[in-house]
Amino acid sequence: MLRQDLVQIASWIDREVPILDLGCGDGALLAYLRDSHRCTGYGIEIDDASVLACVRAEVNVIQADLESGLRMFADGMFDTVVLSQTLQAMHNVEAVLREMVRVGRRGIVSFPNFGHWSHAVSLLGGHMPVTPDIPYQWYDTPNIHLCTPRDFELLAARLGLRITDRALLARGRPVSWLENLRATVAIYRFEKR
Amino acid sequence: MAAKTPAPVDAPRSVGVVTPGNLHFEEPLALASGAQLAGYDLRYETYGTLDAARSNAVLVCHALNASHHVAGTYADQPRSTGWWDNMVGPGKPIDTRRFFVIGVNNPGSCFGSTGPMSVNPQTGEPYGSAFPVVTVEDWVNAQARLCDALGIARLAAVVGGSLGGMQALSWAIQYPQRIGHCVAIATTPKLSAQNIAFNDVARTAIQSDPDFHGGNYYARGVIPRRGLSVARMIGHITYLSGEDMTERFGRSLRSEDYAFGYGAEFEVESYLRYQGDKFSEYFDANTYLLITRALDYFDPARAHDGDLVAALAAARARFLLVSFATDWRFAPARTREIVAALIANGRDVSYAEIDAPHGHDAFLLDDARYHKLIAAYFDRIAAGAGEAR
Repeated sequence: MLRQDLVQIASWIDREVPILDLGCGDGALLAYLRDSHRCTGYGIEIDDASVLACVRAEVNVIQADLESGLRMFADGMFDTVVLSQTLQAMHNVEAVLREMVRVGRRGIVSFPNFGHWSHAVSLLGGHMPVTPDIPYQWYDTPNIHLCTPRDFELLAARLGLRITDRALLARGRPVSWLENLRATVAIYRFEKR
Repeated sequence: MAAKTPAPVDAPRSVGVVTPGNLHFEEPLALASGAQLAGYDLRYETYGTLDAARSNAVLVCHALNASHHVAGTYADQPRSTGWWDNMVGPGKPIDTRRFFVIGVNNPGSCFGSTGPMSVNPQTGEPYGSAFPVVTVEDWVNAQARLCDALGIARLAAVVGGSLGGMQALSWAIQYPQRIGHCVAIATTPKLSAQNIAFNDVARTAIQSDPDFHGGNYYARGVIPRRGLSVARMIGHITYLSGEDMTERFGRSLRSEDYAFGYGAEFEVESYLRYQGDKFSEYFDANTYLLITRALDYFDPARAHDGDLVAALAAARARFLLVSFATDWRFAPARTREIVAALIANGRDVSYAEIDAPHGHDAFLLDDARYHKLIAAYFDRIAAGAGEAR
């Protein structure tokens, strides 16, 4: 079973195009796109166990951190560059977003919505939120750059990125009302303006 | 000629007792230098069974000081274990229950294939300094002829570490239709000035040994043992990481206190001298010159104005590249150059950077992450063996 945000991401990707997946984990998205969309591509991943899983899944994987990994790729090599559930852990979010639209025609990011209503309840109760989508305690979290959909849209505008598609999901399904408060995951597709 | 493939068991085992084979090739081998090697012998070993479709052959290329003896042991020689026995065997990462594995001694080496120690048919004397300089590309051509002779049109994979990795890369460039997968470990697209400098110091040590006699020492019944020993000591330093040396030797002394002399007082000195002496007992000095020169000359991009992307454009194989974080001889950045050039060509490539502490030598050692990765990659080759691309 493909993770729900990955299903949404795959639905935005054309058939038979080259894809780069940043922080590709076990290679599930790339394997799915290869099998269902006949896409080619590469994943970048730093974790040893994930690299091994990619090799087992016959997914091309480059073991590197995202900053040095992206330097290996020439301008415009990919149709789409994906960054799923990783943006919030990046040190230099702006640089990564710029690199995504350098090596690809389009970028897709997904991230947990820090603006979910339950987080406000946690904060009112005096605690940092810990949820299935942000399952870390404040002192050991890799998530250093959490944001809300509106925050991301402001950054995208500042970086000259044109958002072409947006999906706000809760429990894997689209949210249609009060989405900024009710969505647990936000997914955006964008291109250079 | 090799041990029969034993019944499958789960635990990794040795291929057991093996016997090398020998093939003579009458047709001269044209060399990159313009010279040619008249009739020559290739010493080789095989492990496992070639399948009916002849699609499961894996060629293992050796580095500077190794040989065709990749795995198993020789009868009645208890300390004769092959140089990559931890990688090749039943249940091992390159599993001889599924693959027909070939090891071959390269021409110019000193373990049974024609080299400087062999008799030159034109003079009736050992070649010595008259043995032609051979290149990685020449070796690959000789290996291709061995495959022809064994009836193998296409190799499932070519695999090698260090200089062996260069041969694997060169296979992908020279014989793109004859190789399914290229597995190149701890290697580089070309030597750096520093790499060449170390090689030159090693060669100078050999050439300045009074027993070298310009390379024609065989007839005089001597060998340039001291020069060869120093060459090995220099080489050995570059195979280990500084961290690993500190861990293993630190500043430990062999006795209680300084002797205020120049003997081997530190453990590291004693170790290096022992390694050097041991090496000089079994390795040929002319071969050391020749193989270090083959290393220096390897540079597939040279024929393409230094453009590695263009050099690899002909390749059709799928690639696995592996480097080791503490390898400063052929550092990870060098392998990343190869990866980037393969990506630019749109080739299937995976790359792993193993965080092992043992420097360049790590490619020969047991490391769970490294061996699991190679095993997983060869699993996938076995699953797709015979598939045409």
